[in-house]
Amino acid sequence: MNQNENLNNSEEMLASAPVAENATATTDTEVPLDKNVRLMSPTRMVVRRFFRSKLSIVGLIMVVGLFLFSFVGPLFLADLGTVDEYGMIHYDPNDGKWGETELDESGKIEYTTSETTFTTADGQTYTIKQTTEKYLKDNLRAPISWDHPLGTDNEGYDVFVRLMYGGRISLTVSFIAVFVITVLGVIMGGISGYFGGAIDNIIMRVCDVLMCLPGIPILLIISTILDSAGIDAKYRIYLLMIYLTLFSWPGTARLVRGQILSLREQEYMVAAEAMGYSTGRKIFKHLVPNVMPQLIVQMSLSLGSMILYEATLSYLNLGVKAPYAAWGTMINIISTNTDILENYFNIWGPPGICIVIAVLGFNFVGDGLRDALDPKMRR
Amino acid sequence: MLKYILKRLALSVLILLGVSMIIYFLIRLMPVNYIQDMVNAMNQGGATVPQETVDAMYEMYGLKDNSFKGILSGYFGWLGNIARLDFGTSFLYRIPVTDVIVQHMDTSFLIAIIATIFEFMIAIPLGITAATHQYSLRDYVVTVLVMIGISLPAFFFGQMLKDWFAIKLGWFPPSGMETAGSSATGFARILDIMHHLIIPIVTMVILSIGARMRMTRTNMLEVLNADYIRTARAKGLSESKVINKHAFRNTMIPLVTTLAGLLPSLFSGAIITEQVFGLDGIGNVALDAMNRGDIPFIMGYNMFLAILSVLGVLLSDLMYAVVDPRVKLE
Repeated sequence: MNQNENLNNSEEMLASAPVAENATATTDTEVPLDKNVRLMSPTRMVVRRFFRSKLSIVGLIMVVGLFLFSFVGPLFLADLGTVDEYGMIHYDPNDGKWGETELDESGKIEYTTSETTFTTADGQTYTIKQTTEKYLKDNLRAPISWDHPLGTDNEGYDVFVRLMYGGRISLTVSFIAVFVITVLGVIMGGISGYFGGAIDNIIMRVCDVLMCLPGIPILLIISTILDSAGIDAKYRIYLLMIYLTLFSWPGTARLVRGQILSLREQEYMVAAEAMGYSTGRKIFKHLVPNVMPQLIVQMSLSLGSMILYEATLSYLNLGVKAPYAAWGTMINIISTNTDILENYFNIWGPPGICIVIAVLGFNFVGDGLRDALDPKMRR
Repeated sequence: MLKYILKRLALSVLILLGVSMIIYFLIRLMPVNYIQDMVNAMNQGGATVPQETVDAMYEMYGLKDNSFKGILSGYFGWLGNIARLDFGTSFLYRIPVTDVIVQHMDTSFLIAIIATIFEFMIAIPLGITAATHQYSLRDYVVTVLVMIGISLPAFFFGQMLKDWFAIKLGWFPPSGMETAGSSATGFARILDIMHHLIIPIVTMVILSIGARMRMTRTNMLEVLNADYIRTARAKGLSESKVINKHAFRNTMIPLVTTLAGLLPSLFSGAIITEQVFGLDGIGNVALDAMNRGDIPFIMGYNMFLAILSVLGVLLSDLMYAVVDPRVKLE
């Protein structure tokens, strides 16, 4: 009964040796084992289990979709502009497409209507409607149309195009941050876990200190320092996120250290010792690859939180500043302008939805990976 | 046990020293200059402040020397005051920093404690149903909904709720703590405050439910696979008894230990939520102080956060040993 279940259950089990032996017992012993059963590599097993979960597929579609939208989208749907020798960007006003910082200068007449009601002495009630006309040079806060799929924002920039460029910055920044955090975490955690003793103690105390630093307040302070240092608006978010990584690696370092502490005791490490491998080879070739599963999960989950962090910084006006676009920056306007908040969801809604899709996508993928990589999980 | 606690406390002091050093140096590098702002404000009033007065002011506030040595001596001065439990006087409010923190803490604490209670009340049952109905439609729906909650940026979701329920529908006031000019006292005042706090609290609950629910679900799944649950079923207990009595109690172990870890979040204030709803909590006050260069207050606030998080970690480790007799502290 139990054996049948194993056989029906999944081929993936056959990859582990003891079960494969069981399988041969019920099949023709004349045929060699590898012809009789389909063996799967661990990677294929993980991929298979990952794609069996609907949520991870949805997550993957969300993430890939956003990537295509942000990185490939502008190539077809936006005016890329040409940069002259002074570093200024020039857009072609007649190509029917908009650029990241291209103003819609078609002009606009804005009507504001106000009503006053009053009662005269003879008991009659009058209502006076007053409409004022205002000529604007730029087509600000344009409604949704063919020309502007999501309208224009408070400055006259096309929201749809800026959404794509905002995605570029948000996704790139988060990837850089997560990459740096992982590299730092692996190096520090690896050293700490492998050597132990005084080095371990020092690194872990540094981790304790860094983990106690309050995130947003520290970044607020660093951001004002960057401002005074005259960093170009375009690059300051990258710098800010690099500083963020300096405070964020302890989480990864602890994960790596914990894993290495338990892996260090395994027999294959004794074998590696006996082979006389160098320390670096032992750490980075034999120990770190075994930590990879947990690391990959951690990375995909922290990509989501980095996107949230970046968006929050930009919302507090610490990250990417106008005229450059980032999702958080595009929402920033509503913290001061209640008119936009009330009446122009098309300006601040889409970037928010993009943030949610990105974070949700990375969380789904991370969860799916965790389940797929966990050998105890059987479905 | 006592020895362990003492050792941990000594270590905490070291950690806090490191934290304070980093924060102090960063703050002193900040270009936001409260004194320059003050001088500018005076100059705008028509008077011209003589340079000697400006120098004297820098001297008075202890910000004269901005070289490495100056900052270092400033740091030790600050440290000396801390040893005498003096956190300094806020530039902006002109009262001791601790008083400013205490004054604004109750708002943040009120919001956080109510939000946390609701968070637990909603997240734990959700986590348990999701676990007992693993891989069913119910599990998927609950998981997806709370994941959306985790993925929402606080500022976006807060503004959205504000736009719908406060501005468009007019059910709640959009910002502030109390109706301006209201003279209500007693119970009417409490009702008024509650009316103002409903959307901020809802925002915080929805954003934080996810983590708690998923933790409950994972724990519950682990417990449900344990041998004693099989035993309980084998001896013929009803399913509800197995879940509610045997499984639930063991699920609570990790949840109770996280209670101590909640300490920082209860007192530290939610910067973004408070900013969105214009609440007078400590997070919003700190944000304002940081923009205006109130160095003693920023220093005090950040140290307050660091102390809370050191205590939170220590308490949750201790709690773990208290709740679970299998855990022994080294």
